[in-house]
Amino acid sequence: MNELRRPEELQAAFRRRVVVATLFVIACFAVLAGRFYYLQVAQYDYFHARAEGNRVAVLPVVPNRGVIVDRNGVTLARNYSAYTLEINPSQVRDLDKTIDALAGIVTIEERDRRRFRRLLLETKYFESVPIRTHLSDEEVARIIARRYRLPGVEVQARLFRDYPLGESAAHVIGYIGRINERDVQRIEERGDTANYRGSDYIGKSGLELSYESELHGITGVEQVEINAGGRAVRLMSRIPAVSGNDLELTLDTGLQKAAEAALGDRRGAVVAIEPATGGVLALVSMPSFDPNLFVDGISVADWRALSDSPDHPLLNRAIYSAYPPGSTFKPFMALAGLESGKRTLEQRFNNQGLFTFVGHRFVDRKSNCQNNVDLHRTIVYSCNTYYYELAHELGIEAIANFMRPFGFGQRTGIDIPGEAQGVLPSPAWKRSRFATREQQQWYGGETVSVGIGQGYNAYTPLQLANALAAVLNRGEIYRPHVVRHVIDSTTGARRPVEPEPLARIPIRQEHLEAIRKAMVEVTTKGTAARVFAGAPYQAGGKTGTAQVFSLRGQRYVEGEVAERLRDHSWFIGFAPAENPTIAVAVLVENGGFGSQSAGPVARHVIDYHLLGRPVEAPAPETDEAVAAELER
Amino acid sequence: MSGWRFRPLALIYACVRPIDPYLLLVLGLLLGYSYALMMSASPERLATLQVHFAVALAAMWMVALVPPKRLLSIALPLYLLGVLLLVGVFFFGETSKGARRWLDLGITRIQPSELMKIAVPLMLAWYFHQREGVIRFGDFIGAAVLLAVPLGLIVVQPDLGTSLLVGAAGLYVIFFAGLSWKLIGPVVLVAVLGIGAIVGFGDHLCQPGFDWQVLREYQKQRVCTLLDPTQDPLGRGFHIIQSTIAIGSGGIAGKGWMEGTQTHLAFIPERHTDFIFSVLAEEFGLIGAVGLLVAYLLLILRGFLIAARAPALGSRLLAGAMTMVIFTYAFVNMGMVSGILPVVGVPLPFISYGGTALVTLCVGIGILMSIERSRTAAKD
Repeated sequence: MNELRRPEELQAAFRRRVVVATLFVIACFAVLAGRFYYLQVAQYDYFHARAEGNRVAVLPVVPNRGVIVDRNGVTLARNYSAYTLEINPSQVRDLDKTIDALAGIVTIEERDRRRFRRLLLETKYFESVPIRTHLSDEEVARIIARRYRLPGVEVQARLFRDYPLGESAAHVIGYIGRINERDVQRIEERGDTANYRGSDYIGKSGLELSYESELHGITGVEQVEINAGGRAVRLMSRIPAVSGNDLELTLDTGLQKAAEAALGDRRGAVVAIEPATGGVLALVSMPSFDPNLFVDGISVADWRALSDSPDHPLLNRAIYSAYPPGSTFKPFMALAGLESGKRTLEQRFNNQGLFTFVGHRFVDRKSNCQNNVDLHRTIVYSCNTYYYELAHELGIEAIANFMRPFGFGQRTGIDIPGEAQGVLPSPAWKRSRFATREQQQWYGGETVSVGIGQGYNAYTPLQLANALAAVLNRGEIYRPHVVRHVIDSTTGARRPVEPEPLARIPIRQEHLEAIRKAMVEVTTKGTAARVFAGAPYQAGGKTGTAQVFSLRGQRYVEGEVAERLRDHSWFIGFAPAENPTIAVAVLVENGGFGSQSAGPVARHVIDYHLLGRPVEAPAPETDEAVAAELER
Repeated sequence: MSGWRFRPLALIYACVRPIDPYLLLVLGLLLGYSYALMMSASPERLATLQVHFAVALAAMWMVALVPPKRLLSIALPLYLLGVLLLVGVFFFGETSKGARRWLDLGITRIQPSELMKIAVPLMLAWYFHQREGVIRFGDFIGAAVLLAVPLGLIVVQPDLGTSLLVGAAGLYVIFFAGLSWKLIGPVVLVAVLGIGAIVGFGDHLCQPGFDWQVLREYQKQRVCTLLDPTQDPLGRGFHIIQSTIAIGSGGIAGKGWMEGTQTHLAFIPERHTDFIFSVLAEEFGLIGAVGLLVAYLLLILRGFLIAARAPALGSRLLAGAMTMVIFTYAFVNMGMVSGILPVVGVPLPFISYGGTALVTLCVGIGILMSIERSRTAAKD
């Protein structure tokens, strides 16, 4: 086609092609210019907004959680900073591959993977989930160096909660844990969602839960410029976070530990209250658990060990378990008799060895409880027959009405969550409790049992301690509380938790005085004389034994009853005798009679409280002579 | 030569004479632009950039000193060397990021495909030059084979960007050599229909698992990402989304030099190399972007003028092809960054950071200067 053309012709043909090419170039550049116009003029507002959105990220600044200290400044809960390795699942395509890759850099154990999986399900939004916590500096360096190959993987400095006392006072302090879906719902209901942006942890139990709003603090806001990797490169503005308020407790860690040591490996509870304020000095439930296990999400093995244990270490026996009070109920019954006028301090009774009620024979063989028995002696020696008669004469309604203001069978309102109500028996309670007409019927024999603290009676150690405190405090009853001051994190101001009187029970002072004196004699001449032998102070108290298992007329012989069916051992006590500064209730599950187990624990606690040191535990009373004086 | 004696002025004149002032002026503007942008996008690279400038300008000047006849005479050996190296890459090349592009010569690593950006148009220009005035249809088939061999070797590496540039360079020579419109027409038609099909039925074609046969999976993904970048905003679509945001948010006048937030917050990937145009458009706005288009247009028009006035066929074809190669670089890069072409690894000519590409482009400018010099020298 191009055969033997002349050079001029060829050049002209070439020039035509150059013109075509030039037009093509201009057309293409026109398309580009049009595109630029579209992006930079027509769509400018949209892209401008997109660029601004790209640039500024509003990040929450998580506040430091308040610390918790006891009345002497001993730290019970604090924070420390540590590095965690986190994965943002929304930026990772294959989680397993990423975790495998990380496992080649740092140690990732099977339990880390399991915890990661669980947290992944619990995590509130699409945010980072920790795979490893407490990285060493070397591990951090290794990850940082390889991070560019691991999108969605982050190393974060995070604050962790630490409970330096471990198992001690764990039921009081409680613990925090990662926010789960239920927590998110609760936060939403409180209208607190904004304040929890960025928070990973929330109080789950104990004071950590009940004082969550004080401890959490106020989340700050940071406006930062971020790069495409989502990392902050420059701070634009900052509203700092306000740290949570600190809590100073009424609790005395030394006393708490003394009480825990006194209980040892027995199941039981100790509640010690300052009668004049309702401040809780010690609140023990044994066995206990290590709250530090929960902070990072408890491992399956640890959880199994705690939840499957027959000893139920997670149970706060001091406020949640209700037991029949046994003879510790007698001082209150005595007060009821005096206040009702059915009994006077001067009345003396003979032939108290036997009480017959609709064919039932109630026997009391104790030598001090046979003749010339007055109210004082019934408390000192824990006589039963006197109270069978009294209960029968008072009737169940009167008993219930008298006991109610002392807080029996009602939540005390202590500032620790999870309190049980217990049972203050009455015909009304029975009607609501049972289904059939026959079961709902209240029987006179049941009233008689209630009179000596058995039967349907069921109270928490806290309720007994607080009721005792009311008796010691001239009938004034306070809401028990564990927190003494809330310390403002910014101003340092100490906001006192004022003693909150729940009620002033109208009781004649001479009656209260008589009961107090009788209880003092319990520790000098009565059922707890051996327990308080050699004490350099005067104390008061009352032993009690709660039946776990009805023997149906058979004689109770300790050795023949399975350990779990043995009686619970109770002791309520106070000291000093005049102007008591401590009221204590001790329960030892399956501990036998009151002076056997609970009494010595109370002695230990009171010794520590008054003498500042634990005194060697007195020998528990075991000989037959004392056993014969038992309250049963 | 017998009467040779030292004449300094004549020597300077001889050295300066081949430099085309118009091309040098536009080139200076572009390099200045590049320097200013690099100060903003990647100031730590400025020192290296100066070295790149010096080397590239020296290469340009040396090429400009060589008459076009000489250049054409080394076309065949250069071409054969290039093909040989590509075959070497095919068998012994180093694999990096899933592509086999590099050849380790022991002393240094080279990327032979870069050489072919010059060698292929040079070879084809020489090929047609040999047949000046007697070009038959069969000669076009021969040219197509000469193009297809190195192109095939580059495609299998794989290297889409270089394949495109080398293929385009060869086709431009064939086009300027006078390939019949009857053949060009259908090819253009097929291309238009193909692009239309992808745009029109993109949703279906981009379904995972749908095999495009001719393109590799990653190349298919690039095209699909172009059609709908929001499908994968944190992955493949990220580059396009971020660069269009940068360009769009620049507005008419731009955010100002060194003030580009997208640039300085590192939202723009490869901001000193392939995506430097989004830095330019963000900081200098529509004015800066159109200014760049004008600069390129001036360069291209000057190149076409040189081609149109060149006396010999080989020079004409070479000048026309070189000019179109520069255009192709510019158009593909800006089209990609502004989101109208798929992401292809093609730098913005004379602006992007990268010594090899700059030297290649400046050699192209040197060839244009050499051709222009040969025309004026013939008149002297």
